[in-house]
Amino acid sequence: MFLDSDLLMSVLRALTPILLAALGGALCERAGVFNIGLEGLMLMGCFTAVTTSWFTGSPWLGVLAAAASSAAYSLILAVGAVTLRGDAVVLGVAMNLLAAGLTSFLLRTVFGVQGTFDDPSLAGLPLVGGFSPLTYLAWAAVVVTAVLLSRHVWGLRLRGVGEAPDAAATLGVSPARHKYAAVLLSGVLCGLAGAQLALGNVTLFSENMTAGRGWIAVVAVMLGRAMPLGVLLAALLFGIAEAVGFRLQGLGLPQQATDAAPYVVTLGALFLTTARRRGRTPRTTGSTRSTRSTDPSGVAT
Amino acid sequence: MARIPDVAWASKALRSPVTFSLLAGVVIGGLFLVGTGADPLAAYGAVITGSLGADGIDATLTTLTSVLGMALALAVPLRAGLVNLGGDGQMVLGGIAAAVTGLYSPLPPSLTTVLALLAGLAAGGAYAALAALCENRLGVPLLVSSLLLSYPAVSLASYLVRYPLKEPGSSLPQTRRLPTGVALPVLGSSTVTVGLLLVALAAGAYWFTDSRTAVGYEIRMTGLNPRFSAYAGVDRKGLTLRLMATSGALAGLVGAIGVLSFPYRFLDGSLTSPGYTWTGLTAALLASAAPLGTLLASFFFAVLQVGGLAMERTTEVPRELTQVLQAIVIVFLAARLRFPRRRPATAGREPVTQGEPA
Repeated sequence: MFLDSDLLMSVLRALTPILLAALGGALCERAGVFNIGLEGLMLMGCFTAVTTSWFTGSPWLGVLAAAASSAAYSLILAVGAVTLRGDAVVLGVAMNLLAAGLTSFLLRTVFGVQGTFDDPSLAGLPLVGGFSPLTYLAWAAVVVTAVLLSRHVWGLRLRGVGEAPDAAATLGVSPARHKYAAVLLSGVLCGLAGAQLALGNVTLFSENMTAGRGWIAVVAVMLGRAMPLGVLLAALLFGIAEAVGFRLQGLGLPQQATDAAPYVVTLGALFLTTARRRGRTPRTTGSTRSTRSTDPSGVAT
Repeated sequence: MARIPDVAWASKALRSPVTFSLLAGVVIGGLFLVGTGADPLAAYGAVITGSLGADGIDATLTTLTSVLGMALALAVPLRAGLVNLGGDGQMVLGGIAAAVTGLYSPLPPSLTTVLALLAGLAAGGAYAALAALCENRLGVPLLVSSLLLSYPAVSLASYLVRYPLKEPGSSLPQTRRLPTGVALPVLGSSTVTVGLLLVALAAGAYWFTDSRTAVGYEIRMTGLNPRFSAYAGVDRKGLTLRLMATSGALAGLVGAIGVLSFPYRFLDGSLTSPGYTWTGLTAALLASAAPLGTLLASFFFAVLQVGGLAMERTTEVPRELTQVLQAIVIVFLAARLRFPRRRPATAGREPVTQGEPA
């Protein structure tokens, strides 16, 4: 039969990196920073995780290093968009490009290979109950983020900063500090997502191995309306699309059809959710601009 | 701009974010070169001689054809503040449409070539228009709809050349070679095709529309302030649709030119793997989509891309460095430049990221 425990396992495996990255994106979104650099942040995480694990022999150090390096890399967005008030979209696109170039460049200078670095002695993450520990961490992160954003004073301030920075500043809450924190946290989460991808799902690094997962995470944030539970459901949808697609491939469907499946499902889900919301007034975020008639009904908010 | 080239102008040019970003890119690239143990001057010298010397100029102009074409494709909507991230899909569909037309058209070769170019334009344009409709009708932001539509298009093309259109007996995922004569003529004794002229013509048309016509004015006005332009009576949805169709058509043209030049067939990955879409986007961003600037930036990146190969040959520094350099330039530029209005789809976010007290 089709729906068996194997499929469930592969859904959960496919889900983990997207979920971690999307939670990071959701935090940024709530703080009012549009982060489309998730793909690049994840890719940096993948590379650092593999490099560190290879040179130290410890996948755990690899995970820590991945989180640290992606957090450092996310400073580009924090400094660029928050301090210098540059354009977050352009910065995100540039970060994705830079990560792709930098990891390919370093792959050749550090390992002397082109395309893929794959070695049997490269240590991957151990499995606990069939999953890498980061899988459990991802689920825990959903709960933590949800509690943080709905119950904890810091999370409420973060949302305040995102919805009305002027009001937050008037009340003595520093918008810049909260935005920095959100962007850095998204860096850490994307680093973990990268580590999961490169040391959990597989044990290798290949050029551009994130293959659009960061973009899917960006869409998951929109689809889940930047709420942790919504993001989880959205990420689950892609996990299912990827895993079912992979299964169908085994049944003779061409690989290209299954490659495209997550994107088509995503687009379909976006259509459905926005169609449902059409006609309603766009959600106001305390700004005059978001009520403009030309706005597509508040998808990004 | 350069009508009175005095000292003040020179100092302004030096302090402009573009100059600053380019210098920063070159300096940081130099540090990378030193880090890998190469002589930066020799490496940069190899980039220049390898791309502009007699051996490299043909390759540079061929690369320029694709880079400039994609840069124009992305500059057209960018001028109105719209970002089209689906260039890959539109280009690939243009290439596939051109290949199918070239292979199966019963017309004489020269007419088939023209028809194939038109098919490429139509396929790319229609697909990009679909992304615009997603924003206009279904409320999915253009940034996301164009990007998400791109992946299935690339997969579809990949499927077509692996199964139904695959060249029998070949181990490569490619179509049959186009019939003799179905190709863009080359210029003189070089390997550069007429495609370069077509793209140059498109650049000229873009310059003329941008600076001399009412439509161009509407586009720029929308880019600078969409609320004002809506108030002034610009039909935003119609403009989005037309700009995206034009953008996709240009991307499709690049795909068609790629198929109608050497190796005269559609080879899976040959259009997307050189990263023309992203290089083109970088060039358009660097120039804020201004026509002349887009041309100059495209030339700069074409030189980098081709010169990177020469650099790799002479100094053994991986050519991926040029991609790093390109991205660094745009990171600095994005941080320094503040685009007045760039994202209609994410307007809810914007007052937050830009209107907040420091």
